Amino acid sequence: MEFVRVSRRYGSVHAIEELSFRVADGEFFSMLGPSGSGKTTTLRLIAGFEQPSTGSILIHGREAAGVPPYERDVNTVFQDYALFPHMNVADNVAYGLMVKKVARAERLRQAEAMLELVKLGGFGRRRPGELSGGQRQRVALARALINHPRVLLLDEPLGALDLKLREAMQSELKALQRRLGITFIFVTHDQGEALSMSDRVAVFRHGRIEQIDTPRGLYEAPATAFVATFVGTSNVVEGGVAERLLGRAGAFSIRPERIAVSTPEAAPAADAVALDGRVVDIQYLGAHSRFEVEVAGSGRLTALVPSYGAPAAPLPGVGAPARLSWPRAAMHVLDGGEGA
Amino acid sequence: MRSDGRASRWLRLAAFGGLAFLHVPLLIIVLYAFTTEDKTYQFPPPGLTLHWFEVAWSRADIREALWLSLQVAASATAAALVLGTMAAAAMARARFFGREAVTLAMILPIALPGIVTGIALLSAIKLAEVEPSFWTIVTGHATFCVVVVYNNALARFRRIPRSLIEASMDLGADGFQTFRYVVLPQLATALLAGGMLAFALSFDEIIVTTFTAGHERTLPIWFMNELFRPRDRPVTNVVAVAVILVTAVPILLAYRATRDDADAGGRNG
Repeated sequence: MEFVRVSRRYGSVHAIEELSFRVADGEFFSMLGPSGSGKTTTLRLIAGFEQPSTGSILIHGREAAGVPPYERDVNTVFQDYALFPHMNVADNVAYGLMVKKVARAERLRQAEAMLELVKLGGFGRRRPGELSGGQRQRVALARALINHPRVLLLDEPLGALDLKLREAMQSELKALQRRLGITFIFVTHDQGEALSMSDRVAVFRHGRIEQIDTPRGLYEAPATAFVATFVGTSNVVEGGVAERLLGRAGAFSIRPERIAVSTPEAAPAADAVALDGRVVDIQYLGAHSRFEVEVAGSGRLTALVPSYGAPAAPLPGVGAPARLSWPRAAMHVLDGGEGA
Repeated sequence: MRSDGRASRWLRLAAFGGLAFLHVPLLIIVLYAFTTEDKTYQFPPPGLTLHWFEVAWSRADIREALWLSLQVAASATAAALVLGTMAAAAMARARFFGREAVTLAMILPIALPGIVTGIALLSAIKLAEVEPSFWTIVTGHATFCVVVVYNNALARFRRIPRSLIEASMDLGADGFQTFRYVVLPQLATALLAGGMLAFALSFDEIIVTTFTAGHERTLPIWFMNELFRPRDRPVTNVVAVAVILVTAVPILLAYRATRDDADAGGRNG
């Protein structure tokens, strides 16, 4: 699956602009971004519900522009599930076989096998309206998989589920993808979801891709300030403070868990940089405490201090002066200066 | 609370009065279909009989008028179902310049007085040098039957989520299969309701029919003639009872079909 300089315009508005990327066979690829960033448009272009204004989309090496959705070897799990309300679950799942004129007994047998795969064996005779959100989600998944697509598109499929169910479905989806060995292209605005499931993640913003990388790469080496703050929390330091610490003009990001908090008397470690400030707030979060520290010239920085195994040195209280320090290597220099 | 109770009692009385005003004349029509007295509307009827049903059934002019009306209503409804559904399908998704004007033009026939539609159709028929016949009646009726189907279908089209249609295409169904397996089942109750309303509207239509019928006599026209040339008065009442049944039953069924639909979201197919 490959995009070559694809743009999609609505009137004068660019939904996506000059997008080029490639998804490998069998990859779990996520498209992450805030709403309106172009990730859903990109998915709809792959499915064939939209056509590119310019550029070329290759699916398994074949030009896909102009090919209608029903002739593409790609299936979609919709955000609202889009189950057919007038059919029972088995007929919903078997729909893709029915329109291919597979005999009824055979398609119902395959539908039941698909329902087994998503752990809904025996639910075939129920109506979609009688199922819970999580069950409908699985039916939508079974229905999309029955034609054995080589690429499965998932449009924020877990968005409507509650937290526990969402976490369970995340690991199930990942297991399913490994087992079937097909390409999953997953749209989400939830960075935790994207990090936990994906082989690679593309971060979208304003119709462009800011960065494509592995979850670890995105987290540890964000290319821009936007990626640094959108993927996990991060402190972005710019201006004079950044220039002093970097030794040149620019900006860098530092993850809260890399920052050590101490009283100003403590001497920093050998290869560490330090900033002094004042504690504004401390939030106890169980495994960690979150320190909000006001630093002159760079605004508020967030530090996560582990509750156990922390250094014996005393910690400053709210309102007290504090010293923040981190290893020089933990600072990540950002491209461009545009803040998020 | 006392004054509230009294107010609601007055309200209830007024409501019952209104309903009685609407329905008692209908009951009288039904009652006089069974009377043994055939010249005047004597009350109470001196006796009850089923004789007039037999007379009505044996009269060829009534049977012909009834048959013609049923054929006209069925044809006008069929035309309205096809045209109304297609128009609604086009208008539900499209956004184009002049869309509102087209919507108005679709609705206008039902808002215009029937007499204007009738005269307009008559002059059009004359201009086209077509002999008024069965098909001119059907055309006349279709003008307002289409509106009823169109309105019902349009409301339903707007409620079908776009993702259902996309899901169908995504799973390999072409446009025709998507219409057949997804859109039509979703539309079914709306079309049934619209069709039944259209049928009932056509069946008792008289104004437009007067202008477009030529020598054909539909049941309502037979009625009008009968009022001016009274012969076996109770027979007219018998036919009136038949008309009430033919129009009221579809309307009640149509009401049920759309009401169930609101509860369950279209359980059919």
